[in-house]
Amino acid sequence: MTELLLLALGASLVNNFVLSNFLGLCPFIGVSRRFEAAVGMALATLFVLTLASGLSFALWQWVLVPLGLEYLRTLVFILLIAGVVQFAEIMVRATSPLLHQLLGIFLPLITTNCAVLGVALLNVDRQHGLLESLVFGASAGAGFGLALLLFTALRERLDTADVPRAFRGAPVALVTAGLMALAFMGFAGLGAR
Amino acid sequence: MRFDTSPAPHVIAGYTVPRVMFQVLFALLPAGMAHVVLFGPGLLLQLAVACVTALLAEAAALRWRGRDAAPALKDGSVLVTAFLLAFSIPPLLPWWLGALGTALAVLLGKHVFGGLGQNPFNPAMVGYAILLVSFPAEMTRWPVPMDVEGSRSWSELARMSVASFYGADLTTHWDGYTGATALDSIRSGLDLRYTLPELLARGDIAGTLGARGFAWINLAALAGGLYLMLRRIVRWHIPVAVLGGLLVPSFIAHGLDSGNALGPAMQAFSGATMLTAFFIATDPVSAATSDRGRLWYGAGIGLLAWIIRTWGGYPDGFAFAVLLMNLAVPFIDRYTVPRIYGRQP
Repeated sequence: MTELLLLALGASLVNNFVLSNFLGLCPFIGVSRRFEAAVGMALATLFVLTLASGLSFALWQWVLVPLGLEYLRTLVFILLIAGVVQFAEIMVRATSPLLHQLLGIFLPLITTNCAVLGVALLNVDRQHGLLESLVFGASAGAGFGLALLLFTALRERLDTADVPRAFRGAPVALVTAGLMALAFMGFAGLGAR
Repeated sequence: MRFDTSPAPHVIAGYTVPRVMFQVLFALLPAGMAHVVLFGPGLLLQLAVACVTALLAEAAALRWRGRDAAPALKDGSVLVTAFLLAFSIPPLLPWWLGALGTALAVLLGKHVFGGLGQNPFNPAMVGYAILLVSFPAEMTRWPVPMDVEGSRSWSELARMSVASFYGADLTTHWDGYTGATALDSIRSGLDLRYTLPELLARGDIAGTLGARGFAWINLAALAGGLYLMLRRIVRWHIPVAVLGGLLVPSFIAHGLDSGNALGPAMQAFSGATMLTAFFIATDPVSAATSDRGRLWYGAGIGLLAWIIRTWGGYPDGFAFAVLLMNLAVPFIDRYTVPRIYGRQP
């Protein structure tokens, strides 16, 4: 139990996927303009990440390894993630058309969110079991969502700030993201003692 | 349509930016005196380099933007940033690190976001955190405080401070010129499986109230902070919430495990506790807006500092705690909008 907690803490805060591993930066920068869209993106990513890490583990453990096809993992995982994302899109369109409109292009883009593939590959590399894979995926998704929501709220505030012309838009967003990563370094070593 | 004057009554509050800023600098005086008495005159050197750098950086940033630099230089706001950074860094830091930290604080922490009143992060803590993660060894250069037996004389501390300030290699003249701070010693002692009572009995870590050396600075900062509260420059919400967020969990943890968990008195009077609670966390720009939001913000800082001090990788977590809660401020503000009078909540 303690190990699972530490795993969750590590994946969500200490080694936050966005702010410490720099994975999933495209949606982090792209969908952080409006809070409502960011909430949707955070939830969609959390859903996709958890599902994809569980399924990729199953595929790895019960299909790829027995057949001796370990070298196909990158290809197979990408395919799997694309399938899961398509499933998520159909679900979102059916349950909330408004959210679907807000997320727009970004929902299919979860396919190329490197954090999703990164979690699947890390699960295999670190030899996580099924439960560990699910916890790792869910907490990575939660950490991504936390960083995205905090960043979005900050960016909305920056829209009204008198930022120097040279820094308006993406530059100040990247500086802010860097300072966020600096703040998250405070979590370094948490749970290691 | 113009509304030059509003109807009576008129209240002149007299709160202008320079007035507030210079009151804050005045309130830092006791802590500064304690610092100089206990750790030698290193602080004065750090203050000098920080103030000069801060004024230069502020002037340069405003010049680049084609604005008038004079009012911004005179209002003292950038000096508060410089003072807080100089108080946070160790007094034996070489001058270029103090200058680098201050320049980053003013330029990256403040002017990138548009200058006074626009910065989401506390500029001094931005500078401090960058220095801490980039120069971890230099950032431990605290001398052994004067109230520890066997510490150096004040005049020797003075010579050490000057030599270190100019970047001399102190190891050639002074053997063991720095000492671990109290929080540092306790942390490494606990890692070596000593118990807390054993460590506190050693004499060089804790005094009667809190940490050696730092207890007096914290006490003086508390006095300065109470003065600011009396002058109504700082409202009670943030300091009380910061101290509550730190002391309540440490009280509970100490009660459950007095062999390992620091008690509330030690937590309150060591490291940067009082300076953060009254001077750093209360920066009105990077703090939450409403009173309820400020309570959440302060409690978050205290709690995060307690978590980092207890389980984290840094002996004193206040700089990161402040930055992390700065990060959460827009989020807090979003959910703590005060109820408009006459409307349902």
